[in-house]
Amino acid sequence: MSQRRVVVTGLGATTPLGADVATTWKALLAGQSGVRLLTEDWRELLPVHFAARVATEPTDQMERVEMRRLDRSEQFALIASREAWKDAGSPDDIDKERLGVVVASGIGGVITLLDQFVNLNEKGARGVSPHTVPMLMPNGPAANVGLELQAKAGVHTPVSACASGAEAIGYAYEMIKNNRADIIVTGGVEAAIHQLPMAGFAAMKALSTRNDNPAAASRPYDVDRDGFVLGEGGGILILEEYESAKARGAKIYCEVGGQGLTSDGYHIAAPDPEGSGVQRAIKFALANSGLSTKDIVHLNAHATSTPAGDVAEANALRKALGKDADHVAVSATKSMTGHLLGGAGAIESVFIVKALQERLAPPTINIENLDPAVTVDVVRDTPRALPAGDIAALNDSFGFGGHNVVLAFKSL
Amino acid sequence: MALSQADVLAGIKEIVEEVAGIPAASIELDKNFTDDLEVDSLSMVEVVVACEERFGVKIPDEKVTELATVGDAVNFIVNAAA
Repeated sequence: MSQRRVVVTGLGATTPLGADVATTWKALLAGQSGVRLLTEDWRELLPVHFAARVATEPTDQMERVEMRRLDRSEQFALIASREAWKDAGSPDDIDKERLGVVVASGIGGVITLLDQFVNLNEKGARGVSPHTVPMLMPNGPAANVGLELQAKAGVHTPVSACASGAEAIGYAYEMIKNNRADIIVTGGVEAAIHQLPMAGFAAMKALSTRNDNPAAASRPYDVDRDGFVLGEGGGILILEEYESAKARGAKIYCEVGGQGLTSDGYHIAAPDPEGSGVQRAIKFALANSGLSTKDIVHLNAHATSTPAGDVAEANALRKALGKDADHVAVSATKSMTGHLLGGAGAIESVFIVKALQERLAPPTINIENLDPAVTVDVVRDTPRALPAGDIAALNDSFGFGGHNVVLAFKSL
Repeated sequence: MALSQADVLAGIKEIVEEVAGIPAASIELDKNFTDDLEVDSLSMVEVVVACEERFGVKIPDEKVTELATVGDAVNFIVNAAA
């Protein structure tokens, strides 16, 4: 059997910038921030009063009865999957035994878990919803998408904190490559804007506390960055085996070249300052894709706006790409979307696919003073044109626990 | 407190519409929860708990499986409240 190739044929998203891919991408290119003050009273309990909520509430995109038995993360997964499936031409007549789903979440149905604990305390065990477990399980988003599409090749949920969404896409790529499936709905979602997870992140000093100017709080690579901004939403891609995608006349965005996966073995939350795990992941992704550093023109960075993480990553990129880093347009889109945790690697992969399609790298906003320790070429304030011809781009994602995932995408 | 059959039916219609999204107008005494109204096993638990709260009755788990139709539920609740 000849090598099976994997292509992207559909995109979907619901993000702090828009209810779909088109709206989100437009806002991203315009350099808009999706970060806003929270309106809930509980914000006063926290040192952080803002977050990046989805631009459009699921209530505007789903029926009430369907919503009430779905965790918010599952709602995001279904909303984005429906858009992506439609974008792929709704290939409903494909063999369901060759259709898979790999959708990740970093934390799962944490809001359901916490809400039901309140019910238990107020009303007793009878007050706990029978939908609690299917709503809180981290594989719930994947399972609900799989049920809706009747996917029978396998439904999976890799969990690696903020690398989960990227790891899901890598897993989906492998499933097609290894001939387990011909088409996969893949990506990541997160819905964790709630006082408890936010208090937890705040206790780690991981969140920005720029309460007087939320829209300027997520500022990767700026000298005054003080932590990440929690976001919510999700991104979904339809991956498909190249020959079968061509055979059904699918619109093909680009190719998924390959992936590189490593772990740091260093610390549960802090990045390895040497960044050796990140460098190895980049090398593996390039080798796995048959690419060299010369081919890479764009990179969507993990860059969450934390003091330690951004520079450690930038150093690792410079070391891994060497002199070729000079022609890599680095975008830190979390400056606009906030950090979607398990959804981050997925929406950022959506952005890479759009960047390759439109030959435009999105900007990074809020850099007033670029940290001099950052030695990569950051796209600031306005989009930058990418070259014509065969080009490739990388998406790197890292998660608490020391997980490093790098995905490579190629124009086609 | 005695409940009338009409009161209980009206209450169940509201609960099933809330839980399962079935229009109240299509919920009648002879409708089967599973086959006609597509109330699945998890949603049936919600219906039962909501009925207990609303009508102040206890519906034991072993009785729930016997409540096949809306009419079965109405009769059980009317008798339990009597």
